[in-house]
Amino acid sequence: MTTLLEIADYRLAFDTFDGTHHVLDGIDLRLDAGETLGVVGETGCGKSVLARSLLQLNPSPPARVVSGAIRFRGEDLLRLEEAALRRLRGRAIAMVFQDPASYLNPLLAVATQMEDAIRGQDSAAGGRPRPRRAARALAAELLSAVGLPEPQRLLASHPHQLSGGMRQRVLIAMALAGEPALLVADEPTTALDVTVQAQVLALIDGLVRARGLALMLISHDLGVVSASCARVAVMYAGTVVEEAPTPELIARPLHPYAQGLIAAVPDLGRPEAKPRGMPGSIPSLLHPPSGCRFHPRCPLASERCRVEKPLRRTLLPGRSVACHHATP
Amino acid sequence: MTAPLPEAPLLEARGLAKTYLTPRTAFRPPGRVAAVAGVDVTLEAGASLGLVGESGCGKSTLARLLLRLVPLSGGSIRFAGQDITDLSERAMRRLRRRMQLIHQNPSAALDPRLTVMSAVAEPLRIQGIARGRALHDRVAALLAEVGLPGDFLHRHPHELSGGQKQRVCIARALALEPQLVVLDEPTSALDVSVQAQILDFLGALRRQRGLSYLFISHNLAVVRQVCERVAVMYLGRIVEEGPAAEVLERPQHPYTRALLASVPRLGVAGVAAAAPGDPPNPADPPPGCAFHPRCLVAEPACRTTAPALNFARGEDHRVACHVAARRGLPEMTETT
Ligand SMILES: Nc1ncnc2c1ncn2[C@@H]1O[C@H](COP(=O)(O)OP(=O)(O)OP(=O)(O)O)[C@@H](O)[C@H]1O
Ligand SMILES: Nc1ncnc2c1ncn2[C@@H]1O[C@H](COP(=O)(O)OP(=O)(O)OP(=O)(O)O)[C@@H](O)[C@H]1O
Ligand code: SF4
Ligand SMILES: [Mg+2]
Ligand SMILES: [Mg+2]
Repeated sequence: MTTLLEIADYRLAFDTFDGTHHVLDGIDLRLDAGETLGVVGETGCGKSVLARSLLQLNPSPPARVVSGAIRFRGEDLLRLEEAALRRLRGRAIAMVFQDPASYLNPLLAVATQMEDAIRGQDSAAGGRPRPRRAARALAAELLSAVGLPEPQRLLASHPHQLSGGMRQRVLIAMALAGEPALLVADEPTTALDVTVQAQVLALIDGLVRARGLALMLISHDLGVVSASCARVAVMYAGTVVEEAPTPELIARPLHPYAQGLIAAVPDLGRPEAKPRGMPGSIPSLLHPPSGCRFHPRCPLASERCRVEKPLRRTLLPGRSVACHHATP
Repeated sequence: MTAPLPEAPLLEARGLAKTYLTPRTAFRPPGRVAAVAGVDVTLEAGASLGLVGESGCGKSTLARLLLRLVPLSGGSIRFAGQDITDLSERAMRRLRRRMQLIHQNPSAALDPRLTVMSAVAEPLRIQGIARGRALHDRVAALLAEVGLPGDFLHRHPHELSGGQKQRVCIARALALEPQLVVLDEPTSALDVSVQAQILDFLGALRRQRGLSYLFISHNLAVVRQVCERVAVMYLGRIVEEGPAAEVLERPQHPYTRALLASVPRLGVAGVAAAAPGDPPNPADPPPGCAFHPRCLVAEPACRTTAPALNFARGEDHRVACHVAARRGLPEMTETT
């Protein structure tokens, strides 16, 4: 397997009127072709900023890269010209977001928007955009591929005539137009009902397998990540604190934050296990805690944790943890 | 369990209905939405009833009907033995001390200009219950009860986390010593670690104060943890109702089963897409059983006749399904 994506010591800050927010603090992650990686963590920990970084979609200013590299097939995205990035967006890396409604134009028919997206991909690839009729044929094909019946009728409709689940399928279909190698999905089912969420997760799962896509799925819901991803990275306040095969993380989290997070999730399968809350609250990124960013809430914290940032180290095969005191 | 049986339930509603008339917009013609279509609710004093169902099925509308915050289109409500269906607005205002509503979004429920002290003191002042020093002490005691230290008294909402804001909202709702608290998705806007704290605290509060909860949530695991009984809604109707353990472990309605199968489980790869299609449009409900277009066991009768909510497994568990009523559904198999 070749490394498709490699994020190395990536630091990103936001310079705002009240100061510098140290939002991503040394992210290291890699993803091979066809692999599925979930990113979980609580609100504000930097999941969406990380996702947007892969396509350089964080507005700059205020965003400022402090250090690091994001290599896609060996090429550092942070050093690419805007034109080269445009070629990458959609063709190599495609994104799907939480709120499908805001990525569709309410005034245009689905057909027009899909044709525009497909033809836009053609020009970004350096070629001449295919004729509208050919683009429409591909659009219909893609809509069938995401399980939407009657693609022709759907193409003629406007976004408001579609349910939330259908709109998300349309956006997934559009994301497939450029035949990307990596699909980045930021809370793709959070706005959907649970029965519809199950359909969309099953769809993503099927596409990943059928097309050999790599998937980076961002969610605050450990259940969603369990369902869809073989590996998971747990984020806390802009750092990845633990990375592991998903079932192993759920069965035996090693980082104190991952332990707290999993203990807090109510589990339908085990109603007798009472979820436990975590004391304290998410730290300010304007003045992040010194040393380990989790130390003010951590039951294991020592003096060393207050001064020295723990580096992520491999504790078990395939499992790495950023904690001075975690043991396998 | 040997709690003394009260004479009448705290809250008893029969045949509740609410139809909204929706105006014409650029996108659709005017119409009628039967948001709640004939619902019975019984809540015993000190009990907790969970109300689950997907977006738009009428959970919040039902909550507002029960508290008489919106006019009824049909049905009747008794609260603490008294018929409140046609009670005057003035009489209702006095009664509202005893029934409180807590919303999903604590940020929207708090006035950004008011300190915590003012926000919690407001209902006490309006009802003329306490003033001056007594008011201050009462508010401080309420904050202590919801786990906020005294130095929070003078903070503003923007200085609080989401979980702290929700605690302030709970303190304010408790100020008038209600008997019934309706919680409409009280933790949906909170992070999971904060949710666990709030749920734990809500459970302890109910036991200490003998409160009754109507607890609305789309999260089945949360309801399982907090509630003794659960009612499942689909398109304005209750389709299944019974003890939480019974309904969530031995669901009888195909919709309840689909809902449970759709919940992604921790540490389990994959999820079953157990109900095809989308929830129906409430302005254009399917005939017969509203679930039939998505139901995998539907029969011809399901397309024409709406099933009544009848006893399923024993006296305590009711289900509105033709198939379940006649021959029961096969035992649930593990999700595939
Ligand atoms: N344009 C911006 N300017 C300043 N700060 C920003 C900007 N975008 C994001 N941030 C900050 O970066 C941090 C991480 O935000 P991000 O949206 O990535 O969180 P998240 O993990 O996706 O949370 P959620 O689960 O709520 O979506 C937050 O503190 C946020 O306030
Ligand atoms: N004021 C109103 N005017 C018109 N229609 C309304 C009004 N309030 C609610 N509805 C409609 O009534 C139906 C039930 O809405 P309700 O808010 O009770 O659902 P819910 O179960 O609480 O959903 P959610 O889980 O999204 O909060 C929906 O179709 C909604 O669009
Ligand atoms: S490094 Fe220290 S503070 Fe951080 S998680 Fe580990 S023990 Fe806790
Ligand atoms: Mg986000
Ligand atoms: Mg609601």
